[in-house]
Amino acid sequence: MNAAKLPIRPIETHTTKSRRFMWAYVALVYLFLYLPIIVLAIYSFNTSRFNVNWEGFTLDWYARLGQNSKILAAAKTSLSIAAVSTLLSTILGTALVFGVYRNTPRIRSFVDVLIYVPMIVPETVMGIALLAFFAAAGIDLGTISIIIAHVMFSTPFVALVVQARLDGFEYSLVEAALDLGATHWIAMTKVMLPLAAPGIFAGALLAFTLSLDDFIITFFTAGPGSTTLPLYIYSMVKFGVSPEINALSTIILAITITLVVGSEFLRRKRG
Amino acid sequence: MAIIPELPRRHKGAEPISVPKSRQRFGLFLLGPGALWLLVFGIVPLGLIVVYSFATRGEYGGVALKWTWENFARLADPLYVAIFRRSLLMAGATTILCIVMGYPIAYAISTAGPHWKNRLLMLVIIPFWTNFLIRTYAWIIILRTEGLINSLLLSLGIITEPLTLLYTSGAVLVGFVYNWLPYMILPIYASLEKIDRSYIEAAMDLGGKGRVVLQKVILPLSIPGIAAGSVLVFIPALAMFAIPDVLGGARTMMIGNLIKNQFTSARNWPFGSAASVVLIGLMLLALFIYKRLAQNERS
Repeated sequence: MNAAKLPIRPIETHTTKSRRFMWAYVALVYLFLYLPIIVLAIYSFNTSRFNVNWEGFTLDWYARLGQNSKILAAAKTSLSIAAVSTLLSTILGTALVFGVYRNTPRIRSFVDVLIYVPMIVPETVMGIALLAFFAAAGIDLGTISIIIAHVMFSTPFVALVVQARLDGFEYSLVEAALDLGATHWIAMTKVMLPLAAPGIFAGALLAFTLSLDDFIITFFTAGPGSTTLPLYIYSMVKFGVSPEINALSTIILAITITLVVGSEFLRRKRG
Repeated sequence: MAIIPELPRRHKGAEPISVPKSRQRFGLFLLGPGALWLLVFGIVPLGLIVVYSFATRGEYGGVALKWTWENFARLADPLYVAIFRRSLLMAGATTILCIVMGYPIAYAISTAGPHWKNRLLMLVIIPFWTNFLIRTYAWIIILRTEGLINSLLLSLGIITEPLTLLYTSGAVLVGFVYNWLPYMILPIYASLEKIDRSYIEAAMDLGGKGRVVLQKVILPLSIPGIAAGSVLVFIPALAMFAIPDVLGGARTMMIGNLIKNQFTSARNWPFGSAASVVLIGLMLLALFIYKRLAQNERS
């Protein structure tokens, strides 16, 4: 494995001709990845509602979007659900990892099962299971049930990211603090927390995106009056093609690309 | 769901040798709420589905706790067997296409210089961060009767009548591959990056040609990545209902759609639960095969 870490130039395993062929193939697959979303964005500026022919440039569809109170309400619902579920799942997931360090292997493997099951089970099954559970428990479907579900599927991801950050953590550091008279609480907040902080932040970010992006589990756990943005997009998409969806998608795409590229830029600047 | 990060190996030194009672109590206090949440809202609902799969549909679409095998027997009906077969085929075809399209990408990225490596990886990840409904919708614009492909072919005079591309199995397959391709590329790339370069150098020094080295050294060593990617593509593809709903027609019903319909419009929860239990069984089978592949690789 040591060899892989050295900054060596790529090994010339292939002839120039086969390398050219490979990169041509790669370019084609990238085209496949990007062409659909580029087309989507372009048509959000087309005057014509139904035609594929370019009839002229317009920002009309964006203006209509701004006047669409349903979309704004859905975006607001999505953001508030994501905020609450991020807060809860970050606390629960981090505490879960911190608690596991202080426990026996048997409890560890039990927690492992709790973490992996929701990640492995397909979302459709998890969604209907929650729907059945909420009905049996008498919990009304709405914002609360969506938050419960989002916290359930985000907590394992937060736990994994925090766990990865603490990988190789010397628990003896905590023991030293305890020996020197620190309480359990102080030993945790002063020793483990600062070390885990970048992982907790990354976990929170992941939880926020997961919540904002989720459609399938939300589909089964939402009630009337708790339409999130993905649910609203789904109802629009099922209804048919309309340039408003293109405009909305283009805005979301632009935000996503800015965030991904921006965070990468920041990361590299710091690194 | 996002890509499952590679499971971190627990560092041996991290294990406290003995756990004093007071420490363990504090630990339980910390992990209690999270564990309880996952237990009550994760495991218990799944258990409920298993229980419901043996129950009977009650009046008004409720669930009556009269035990029966009827729900599973009904799944043996040719109509439902066809749905399961179609789903397995679709998920399998998606997985294979993702390998065929994704492997060269992962390989090319792994041979690129460090500067390009990061950019190419980011280019793979960016579409994956956008909501899959938006990515699926993009294909409607391309595939529909008045869509991009049809108008292009018509204006070039290649066809005289628009082709039916949307609301077909082919459209669903394209949507599936488009949705999950990054899930295949990233684990394969990760496994290629882990290959000790001295193996490749040794093979080259011994006179191996590029193609032979690729076939005999690189490909076998990247099988764990292919296996991991296949699990990440195959399992969600088996259960997906939204993409077939949007891109498929009446004849592209898959397991996910069947389950969803039983829990929404048809309101036969016990039958939907039975289908879910079978789906989980298929998923466990896929995971078992994956474990076997990963184990073979190690020995």
